[in-house]
Amino acid sequence: MTAAPLLLQILRRPETSKSLDLADWDLLLRQARRANLLATLHALLEERGHIEQVPSRPREHLGWAHAIAERHAQAVDWEIAQIRKALAKANVPLILLKGAAYVAARLPPARGRLFSDVDILVPKGSLDVVEAALTLHGWATTHHDEYDQRYYRTWMHELPPMQHVKRMTVIDVHHAILPETAALRPDPEKLRTAAQSLASHADVKVLAPIDMVLHSAAHLFHEGELDNGLRDLVDIHCLLAHFGGLPSFWPDLVRRAKELELTRPLFYALRYTERMLHAAIPPDAMEAAGSGRPHRQILALMDQLYTRAFLPNHPSCRDRLAGMSRRMLYLRANWLRMPPLLLARHLFHKAFISPDLA
Amino acid sequence: MNVSSLTEPDLKRRLAQHGIAIRTGAFVTHLQTAIPRVAEGIHLLYADFPLIEQGGFADFHVRLARPRNFRRWFKPQVLFLFDGDSTFKPLPLDQAFPMLEWGLNWCVSSHAHSYLMIHAAVIEKDGFAAMLPAPPGSGKSTLCAALVNRGWRLLSDELALVRLRDRKIMPLPRPISLKNASIDLLKRYEPRAILSREVADTMKGTVAHMKPPADSVARAMEAVPLAWVIFPKYQNGAATRLDMLPQSRALMRVADNAFNYSTLGADGFEALAGLLENAQCHDFSYSQLDEAVSAFAALKPATVLT
Repeated sequence: MTAAPLLLQILRRPETSKSLDLADWDLLLRQARRANLLATLHALLEERGHIEQVPSRPREHLGWAHAIAERHAQAVDWEIAQIRKALAKANVPLILLKGAAYVAARLPPARGRLFSDVDILVPKGSLDVVEAALTLHGWATTHHDEYDQRYYRTWMHELPPMQHVKRMTVIDVHHAILPETAALRPDPEKLRTAAQSLASHADVKVLAPIDMVLHSAAHLFHEGELDNGLRDLVDIHCLLAHFGGLPSFWPDLVRRAKELELTRPLFYALRYTERMLHAAIPPDAMEAAGSGRPHRQILALMDQLYTRAFLPNHPSCRDRLAGMSRRMLYLRANWLRMPPLLLARHLFHKAFISPDLA
Repeated sequence: MNVSSLTEPDLKRRLAQHGIAIRTGAFVTHLQTAIPRVAEGIHLLYADFPLIEQGGFADFHVRLARPRNFRRWFKPQVLFLFDGDSTFKPLPLDQAFPMLEWGLNWCVSSHAHSYLMIHAAVIEKDGFAAMLPAPPGSGKSTLCAALVNRGWRLLSDELALVRLRDRKIMPLPRPISLKNASIDLLKRYEPRAILSREVADTMKGTVAHMKPPADSVARAMEAVPLAWVIFPKYQNGAATRLDMLPQSRALMRVADNAFNYSTLGADGFEALAGLLENAQCHDFSYSQLDEAVSAFAALKPATVLT
């Protein structure tokens, strides 16, 4: 690979957008659209004051994406209000995760971020109550296949996704941030204890800043389908830039990662936000995070795979090995989620027995 | 330079190699395909459309291709690819040109949110536009095709684009889609109209597309204010009738036909209310195209009357 794709160049240094010609803009928008980062690009250029210099045709495209993102943020606010209402009587502490949390807490990664599901975290003991309360308010379980139900309920860290029968919105109810069957088992109790109430609604919480970064990292580096990989990496980059100035953020980040068994995902998160997005990571923090560094040969392989998988999945960014890198990371993610025998059984079922496999 | 400046073999070769960039109204589409029937359709119906030089900016990157599955040997298919992504299920290869037309409508209606987009035909006369929103089967396209053969300018057969900043209608003239009985009806009404080959057994029945008038294509950048909203209804044997419709009722019905009314939120409502404020709204039933065209010829914009 030679020069970095245009999208990465602009995410790293938005001010260089000034020198793009129309053919460059054509390519940049296509890469950003494929990476689900078009509205994010709009937000970034607007925030840095470069949007006025974008030629009118590409600027119009960015505006189109912005219109959808604005509507999306409103819809998410509305959806969160509905979830609060549904859970009000259940007396369960509600913690929002990922996209919904960024929107509710008005954090930088929320700007222009489009996502399909609202993720929440509740105590494992409250799953039944939460499921019942959501069902009563119009959400219905999906994945009616018996195998899928058992897959989620026995092995995963979440209920099968629930979809609202009228609004068609989807909520994922988690009781932990990684599957029951995974080797890494961050204690959800610790995350819940540290969670912080929103300024706007005392009954809704989001993870503490450091935990938010660690969750985002744990999620991304256990994810098998990296179509939104670059977007998720941009999330982490935004969170690091936003929270990085908090007193003792960086030393606490590494300490907390050890406490939650998440030093490996944190190491990867810092390594690839720096490599791909040129995030400014303090050298001390980078060094301390080295405790999560894998074996040299594994790391060399991961570098090969992730530096490809984090590129937009667009023909202009694919090399010979891009497809294989994505497939290997898919297998790796499943490997991390389950012990080998269980994984073999799961993949066998998905391949030959489940009727709805695409 | 227009599409007509290329010979058909030349056009075919360009489409198959690097593709061509065609301007339709406010949008430039880069199209690449090795399917001969698509090239034939472009050659026939897009002759008057401007070609944009390579290397610039295109709004939509579209490719029609045959999927590489073993069906290609006995039941060949076609895919519509939006920048490499297959957005729709494949269709029989025979339907490649109609699929291009449907796909191009999708490109605009699922992206262009600087417009309030309404599923409607729009035509213009003397600087004022008439919008014909209607569910499929109401005869909107047939009526629209008849009117543009009798002096009205075609703004669009499928998509009324209401520019949010000034609420003028931005043209998007492209081939007019005719279905089933209306194909022969239009051929009898205007024997000089240029129609594509008929394609049978599509999800809309038999379809053919009519070439848009050269003048409408040449004036595709001239936006106009809306003067009339007319809900056409074709009924066998019905007398020609134009009935006034209160704007409030018309507003709800137009909103029902809007693609992105809810995406635009408050902007959408304001655009729609502002759009209808100065428009006369009518229900229109007809069975004879001649009479319908005369009724349209008698329309006078409200601003001229006062």
